[in-house]
Amino acid sequence: MRLALREMRRQPGRFATAAVLLTLIAMLLMLLGGLLDGLIARSTGAMQAQRADLVVFSSTAEQSLLRSRITPATRAEVEAAPGVRVVGGIGVTQLGARVPGNGPRDLIDVALFAYQVAPEGVPAPPREGAAHADRLLADEGVSKGDTLRLGPARTPVRVLGFVDDVSYSGAGTLWASPATWRTVQNANRPGSSVTAGVFEALVVTTDGDSGAVARSIDRATGGTTETVSRRDASDAIGGVREQRSVFNQIIGVTLVIAVVVVGLFFALLTVERVGLYGMLKAIGARSRTLFGGVIAQAVVVALFAAVVASGFALLLDAALPPGAIPYQLLPSRLIVSTVSLVIAAVVGSAFSLRRVLRVDPATAIGRSS
Amino acid sequence: MSHGANTALRMDAVRKVYPTGEDEVVALDHATLTVAPAEIVALVGPSGSGKTTLCSIAGGILSPTEGTVVVGDEDISAYGPGRLTDFRREHVGFVFQSVNLVPFLTARENLLVVDEIGKRTGAPAKRRADQLLDELGLSDRRDHLPSTLSGGQRQRVAIGRALMNDPDLVLFDEPTSALDTALGQQVMELIRDEMKSRGIAAIVVTHDERMTHYTDRTLHITDGILEHEATVS
Repeated sequence: MRLALREMRRQPGRFATAAVLLTLIAMLLMLLGGLLDGLIARSTGAMQAQRADLVVFSSTAEQSLLRSRITPATRAEVEAAPGVRVVGGIGVTQLGARVPGNGPRDLIDVALFAYQVAPEGVPAPPREGAAHADRLLADEGVSKGDTLRLGPARTPVRVLGFVDDVSYSGAGTLWASPATWRTVQNANRPGSSVTAGVFEALVVTTDGDSGAVARSIDRATGGTTETVSRRDASDAIGGVREQRSVFNQIIGVTLVIAVVVVGLFFALLTVERVGLYGMLKAIGARSRTLFGGVIAQAVVVALFAAVVASGFALLLDAALPPGAIPYQLLPSRLIVSTVSLVIAAVVGSAFSLRRVLRVDPATAIGRSS
Repeated sequence: MSHGANTALRMDAVRKVYPTGEDEVVALDHATLTVAPAEIVALVGPSGSGKTTLCSIAGGILSPTEGTVVVGDEDISAYGPGRLTDFRREHVGFVFQSVNLVPFLTARENLLVVDEIGKRTGAPAKRRADQLLDELGLSDRRDHLPSTLSGGQRQRVAIGRALMNDPDLVLFDEPTSALDTALGQQVMELIRDEMKSRGIAAIVVTHDERMTHYTDRTLHITDGILEHEATVS
């Protein structure tokens, strides 16, 4: 092991090709991961911010807020179910919004949420006709105090201020009282109007095992509800599963490329080292010691690549203007990418195992060079 | 090491046969050989005569097909590859034809490789490496890479590495083939002096009959058969 690490210190040039290639791959991994996290955050921020363990949809809605309706009677059954602590109603209407100063056709997408239990970072529901706005809307030219006109009915909603990380389905959100939401919904979506006390879904905090509480809620409502975890409700938002699946497949292919690069590089290096390994085996080195050195070198190259790529990811995060592209750098993403790369390096270097095992110490004797 | 043994190496009727399809090639045919402690034996023969095979079996790199091999007081005839590896690390020294120093390690680190590939002893190994380098006249070259050493200095480092494990037997594979005559003689003198002063037995494989003057005995091998012995007075 020390021998292998000393080789890297004394002859870093030998590992430059692998280090450069793996660094580029690590950069790609972290960029893809950042884009995936950014896209998912833009789609699910509003749901992830809910202070709730569970989200209750109507059973026919297939976990879609748009299709779901919860009546006051159903809500009462939910509130009475064992293990339920706090229940709040939510509803959302997605519309185009006219921003003061923008042209008449220059609309921005907004999702106006009704809420009763304030999500993470969002103040209590404001008075009617006002809303707290997602910071994403500020990046699109909305200012504090602006009155946005929503939908074809041009329903006015005044922006009180901004909150972070609560986007929904790629659009900036407005957080309003249930009364404001009903006014906006009924004026702009007359075919899907909602009466007083009706919400699209309920957010529920629980006592104890939330899975058991979810089942007890659905039993209490006679199967007219479908209760899922907050995470499942987030994943059910349109396009989230597809985005995650596509990006994870690309990330998977990138890792396979990393395995191949490391595998080829160390296979070549092992061929070059046949003489050295023969000599070391002749003087008593075990194959596992030599192979351990190969793995150690692959891990060091992968860690180097991951550190440089992490620096690149941090720089990119700092350099990107807010809202320019959906890119979010999470520490967990850096850790997962680094660990994945290290595992890919170990797997790739393992292809050299057979070659290391096959080196015959007898080749060291009777060899002139 | 077991320098207390009466013989450094004993080979009895050792055969080494390589199967080649339906036939077989006899690389070493009933070789019998005894080397006393501190004795230096030259092994001379043409290419393909079996001297490398004999040397490899004596050093525990190859296992014999038949016969008995005892190094020091340890019978290694039936050892498997793993046990032979440990045995070589602890009991045998090698100096290879191409010197074969690790190119990215200094002279001192090349000696310490022997410690690093086994159960590391740390400070005692460092003290031994320094002492050997001092005795081999390489104290001022200890931190030099092999590429900055002369051919003779590299050969000294290789000898130092072979002595690091305080071996029962050191095998020299054509130690002078890459050196001019004068330097070759100096190296042979060095081998003789170092082995004799430490009481370690050595087998020196060579093509060059002139180098046999520095050894106690010369064995000739042809077609896998040890032919005759000559004792140098």
